[in-house]
Amino acid sequence: MSLELKNVEKKIGIDTHIYPTSLKLEKNTINVLLGSTLAGKTTLMQIMAGLDKPTSGEIWFNGENVTGMKVQKRNCSMVYQQFINYPNYTVYENIASPLTITGVKTDEIKQRVGKVAELLKLSAMLNKKPDELSGGQQQRTALARALVKDSDLILLDEPLANLDFKLREELREELPKLFEDRDCIVVYATTEPSDALMIGGNTATLLEGKIIQYGKTLEVYNKPENLISAKVFSDPPMNIAEIQKKGDICKFSDNNVQWKSSAKIKDGTYKIGIRPHNITTYKEGNNSVEINGKVQISELSGSESLIHFTNGNLNWVSLSNGTQQKNVGDDTKLYMNTDEFLYFDQNNRLVNNG
Amino acid sequence: MNKTINQKAWYFVIPVFVLVAFNAAIPLMTVVNYSFQETFGNNVFAWEGTRWFKQILLSERFHAALGRQIAFTFIILLIQIPLGIAIALTMPKKGLGVPVCLILMSMPLLIPWNVVGAMWNIFALPDIGFLGHTLNSMGFDYNFTQQPGDAWFTTILMDVWHWTSLVVLLSYAGLNSIQPAYYQAAEIDGASRWATFRYIELPKMKKVLTLAILLRFMDSFMIYTEPFVLTGGGPGNTTAFLSIDLVKMALGQFDLGPAAAMSLIYFFIVLLVCWVFYNLMMKNEAKS
Repeated sequence: MSLELKNVEKKIGIDTHIYPTSLKLEKNTINVLLGSTLAGKTTLMQIMAGLDKPTSGEIWFNGENVTGMKVQKRNCSMVYQQFINYPNYTVYENIASPLTITGVKTDEIKQRVGKVAELLKLSAMLNKKPDELSGGQQQRTALARALVKDSDLILLDEPLANLDFKLREELREELPKLFEDRDCIVVYATTEPSDALMIGGNTATLLEGKIIQYGKTLEVYNKPENLISAKVFSDPPMNIAEIQKKGDICKFSDNNVQWKSSAKIKDGTYKIGIRPHNITTYKEGNNSVEINGKVQISELSGSESLIHFTNGNLNWVSLSNGTQQKNVGDDTKLYMNTDEFLYFDQNNRLVNNG
Repeated sequence: MNKTINQKAWYFVIPVFVLVAFNAAIPLMTVVNYSFQETFGNNVFAWEGTRWFKQILLSERFHAALGRQIAFTFIILLIQIPLGIAIALTMPKKGLGVPVCLILMSMPLLIPWNVVGAMWNIFALPDIGFLGHTLNSMGFDYNFTQQPGDAWFTTILMDVWHWTSLVVLLSYAGLNSIQPAYYQAAEIDGASRWATFRYIELPKMKKVLTLAILLRFMDSFMIYTEPFVLTGGGPGNTTAFLSIDLVKMALGQFDLGPAAAMSLIYFFIVLLVCWVFYNLMMKNEAKS
């Protein structure tokens, strides 16, 4: 089983929503579409489902051309950011709805709904109506409806975006397990890099209607093909600067901070990408280098501290463990873990990928 | 915490108090005053107790008017609500069609009520009116000034023409507030058009439809101007709805006592039906 997009393009009027895209998703995989809003995640999913037709290009499913085939004839299900359930059906009826419509026998429906409800911890709520449930439970109901059908293709369009933090974390942990033993392709759209890392599988980074990179999630994260992919897959935003390399020594163009680089690249000018968590208030790794900064913003996020600082023309973000508050305007010392630096050439391609 | 005592705040209540007193409480109390007394003019009153109420409640004339009123309201609700929903469903959701349809739909609502009555009166005249003449030349024996059935038909048609738009606009607003994801979800499930309507659109429109039914009930139950201009309650008394009958009694026959009693009964019926209706709807709301 596989889903393949061949040169799929979507234009609405003069606007191009999806530039020609080719992508092959294999069976039993979870695939994350990662990109900011308007990157084309939803459009791409609707094309995959058959809710929307591509302007040009083909969609192949299991070696069959399904371009333009109606969604009803495709065996797929979808979960949305909003909690979409039939308002005057009970939870049981909601979960059962895709089965009732296709005329599955009552006994079988009962058994299948029961199983899915248990999996999603909804067993106690089967007789309630959706608006008597919490947001998390409503979304679980929608998920259950998607799972009960045994679809070949399950599309999740930012399913956790409308949930509050706690429920979100909880459901995010459960999600990969739900799809573990299923014979299907799962596509998960999100704006959050942390979602992609948590879910694993494969990730496609998207920007403005283009797929920048597709591959195993960790590979895309650790070895982004180019600067754009690295930027999309970084939250808080990646710190970028220009550097000069001469022999073993690298140096920022903007200041005098320098370090010994182990990257096997030629001498010259490069762009460097540093993820915020590789700039910390404490030394990390064997090859850390010090940088001075003037604190602009200091904020806590859970048990992590974000410090926005400037150094000359650089305006950067650092992310350290623990709660560390700095006063705005203070000079502070931070340490960069040079082992984790990403080097990009003038064409923004990653060069230290060895 | 200590409360500051500031009785001056009461001054702020005075404007509302005066306003409500003059536009609701005082006129209502005058009617109450009339309903318990007999008056011979010159401000001479005699106490009658509940006589007028008993007389109205037992009078056949009132029963007949009430019956006509209920029948009328029931019929127009039965036509206007489904028709309004149906039109709203077929209206375009985007593009140039939207403002065009919305303006066309609001037109009848903008026309003054007596103009609507006059328009339909001329429109339906059997000899020169477009509707009346066309029907007659097609072989129908149509004359709304002489045949009760035709009078009812015309009155109902006029009300449907005048007020269905309101239901359409409310339903349209309700439909537009449904997120597209609901339709997609139904499509993915393989739900039919009817199932989508029954299980997504209708429940999502419930609140606006409640409002539409309530508004149409009240308005049609109190209808006066349009049938007054169109048929004047005739032929005979066949289209004399409650308000028309009331005016006949109060101003035509100058029976102020019974008319006042009838006003109050009329008022309480409207109030009661609205209250019951609203509570039923809200009870359902709380349950689901």
